[in-house]
Amino acid sequence: MSEKKILLGNEAIARGAYEAGVKVSAAYPGTPSTEISESIAKYDEVYAEWSPNEKVAAEVAIGASIAGARAMCSMKHVGVNVASDPLFTAAYSGVGGGLVVVAADDPGMYSSQNEQDSRMVARAAMIPVLEPSDSAEAKEFMKLAFDLSEGYDTPVMMRSTTRLSHSQGLVELGEREERELLPYERNIAKYVMMPANAIRRHMTVEERMKKLAEDACGMSVNRAEYRDLSIGFITSGIPYQYVREAMPEASVLKLGLVHPLPRRLMEEFAARVDRLYIFEELEPVIEEQVRAWGILKAVGKELFTVQGEYSANMLRERVMGHKPADALTPAAVPARPPILCPGCPHRSVYSVLNRLKIHAAGDIGCYTLGALAPLSVVDTTICMGSSISTLHGMEKARGKEYIHDWVAVIGDSTFMHTGINSLMNMVYNQSSGTVVIMDNSTTGMTGHQDHAATGRTLKGEVVPAINIAGLCRSLGIEHVYEISAFDLEGLEEAFRRETKRDAVSVIITKAPCVLLKGVTFPNKCVPVPEKCKKCGACLRPGCPALTRKEDGTVEIDETMCNGCGLCAQLCRFGAIETK
Amino acid sequence: MNVKNIMIVGVGGQGTLLTSRILGNLAIRTGYDVKLSEVHGMAQRGGSVVTFVRYGEQVAEPIVEEGQADVLIAFERLEALRYLHFLKEDGVVIVNDWRIDPITVVTGAAQYPEGVTETLQAARKTVAVEATKTAIEMGAPKAFNIIVLGAAARYVGFDKEDWLQVIAATVPPKTVEVNRRAFEAGYAMSSI
Repeated sequence: MSEKKILLGNEAIARGAYEAGVKVSAAYPGTPSTEISESIAKYDEVYAEWSPNEKVAAEVAIGASIAGARAMCSMKHVGVNVASDPLFTAAYSGVGGGLVVVAADDPGMYSSQNEQDSRMVARAAMIPVLEPSDSAEAKEFMKLAFDLSEGYDTPVMMRSTTRLSHSQGLVELGEREERELLPYERNIAKYVMMPANAIRRHMTVEERMKKLAEDACGMSVNRAEYRDLSIGFITSGIPYQYVREAMPEASVLKLGLVHPLPRRLMEEFAARVDRLYIFEELEPVIEEQVRAWGILKAVGKELFTVQGEYSANMLRERVMGHKPADALTPAAVPARPPILCPGCPHRSVYSVLNRLKIHAAGDIGCYTLGALAPLSVVDTTICMGSSISTLHGMEKARGKEYIHDWVAVIGDSTFMHTGINSLMNMVYNQSSGTVVIMDNSTTGMTGHQDHAATGRTLKGEVVPAINIAGLCRSLGIEHVYEISAFDLEGLEEAFRRETKRDAVSVIITKAPCVLLKGVTFPNKCVPVPEKCKKCGACLRPGCPALTRKEDGTVEIDETMCNGCGLCAQLCRFGAIETK
Repeated sequence: MNVKNIMIVGVGGQGTLLTSRILGNLAIRTGYDVKLSEVHGMAQRGGSVVTFVRYGEQVAEPIVEEGQADVLIAFERLEALRYLHFLKEDGVVIVNDWRIDPITVVTGAAQYPEGVTETLQAARKTVAVEATKTAIEMGAPKAFNIIVLGAAARYVGFDKEDWLQVIAATVPPKTVEVNRRAFEAGYAMSSI
């Protein structure tokens, strides 16, 4: 009997790729896609890497595919934007070995800056999209994705969402099918996308999508489940499960291939059911096409939403018209937004910036949380790498004087992702901005992944670490400083000096993420109540281990305190000791 | 059997992921279909987190929705209150009698409500356990989550031996013994 295991959607995607004989996998971490690469790295037969960003990852996979191997790249939805340049053209050139792009969307934005729908990108790029509904399907669909890729000479997108990627379900494990590399032959008409070749390839792409749309009507992943014919749903992915949960008697057309759509199958289904609902999270990608075919009875976004996640209760309320029985009303309780951890070096750096009333053009990472009270330092956050270039843009709009109380803040991993390009631009176009690289030796928010400046690969090999200070100096930046993130005096002095300087400067604040293995402070922070003047200076950076007692003195939760000593440094009365 | 719906709620970093995996592994051992849903990423940094565990003959959706939870396991009082409306009328809340102020309370933007445990008790069957306090006394402050799980065990079901074996197989090898003691301590704190 084959083995059954409970796997995260992401682990199942990795397993499917493994069983399909994938040889090369490249990615940049991003919630909710990160565990795909972490899982696949555990298979010795697969080369897996963290690339500096999603564009590089996609190109690595494209190269491996052209070289004849089955290859994949995985990314979160916004990573698809970064990778879209190579992806749009890889759709033209097609593949050698099977090429699969895993895109993980985040309806509800649990850990993202926007809620875009990767199916829209795939449609624009003319790349077919598969969408599984649980872990078992995730594994099987990955194998199908590689087969379709080779069968139709196209990259294939595997679309996941947070709820699929981060749910676990039972999966039956299979064996890996080892695959010979396909022979490499020079073929510039296919792989050199200059206009004359691309014009022909565009025609190929159009024909391929037409054929795929036709074939899709016979694919077993597109499945009509006829039950009660008075009501029918066209759905895919996780929303399929909500339909099955809330209305097990309803008829369902479950789509596994969501682009291109199996038109004949859908028209047939629409004709057989009385009431027809299109139940898809985020954008009305299926709905708009169905309506364009003249199926006007289809009900979709006028009833459901383009925002957030769906649920079975949504169907119970909006389709069946009843509220769940016995439910209490939600209690009015204070929000609990995420915060920097006790002992986080970012808090220390932000406490200084806050005191100096310096604004920050921010970036993507744990340190985005520096926008919230009480730190309130970060003013802008757009996308990976944007801090440096937005600060540069501000200077060009308002002048050098204006950014004398501004810095850009960016993490080490984000700097390696796309920050470096922006810094090159600052040098080239004579900026006077101050860039703070908060180097905590990891990609923190996504759960501690390595990158080119940590000295370790995804497979755990020790490699030479790129020296961030050296890299900045090599661009011709004269003022590059490395300061401990907990050296409050040193930071204050450097921030005061460098923000006024009429040239680009880089301040690298250094201290490892407190959650990294092996990172411990020797002591704990302990209050000395009799010395406490109740001034609240220690509370200002908002460390969650500290609370003010009713008598105004401060209490430190020993189960939370990591002993970084920031509060002790901030106390002028010696009322907090580290011991 | 009908699908059983369990929720584990707390503050990011308290170990909701680990405990949901223990529950998932228990359900599989018993031969059920099982689905779990978790929160990774940003919310794990000290935010409000929730994980769902569902098991039974066949499970469709991976989440538990309002009014459907059989057992609500809460690692912090306020979080129990936040998700209380997910419980069925005859559902049970097992709450760690412990307070962690959210940043909104620390900065004075909001008040931590008074009498949370009493509010819970008035609405649904509530078992409040001093898990964090006990864990500190045991010299294993991080094992409070397994104490809460021990207290919840009788309401969730499964044999005690199964619980102990699955915990031993799921937690890091070095912590097996302390987690066994934590489970026993929690188990002794509740009765049906």
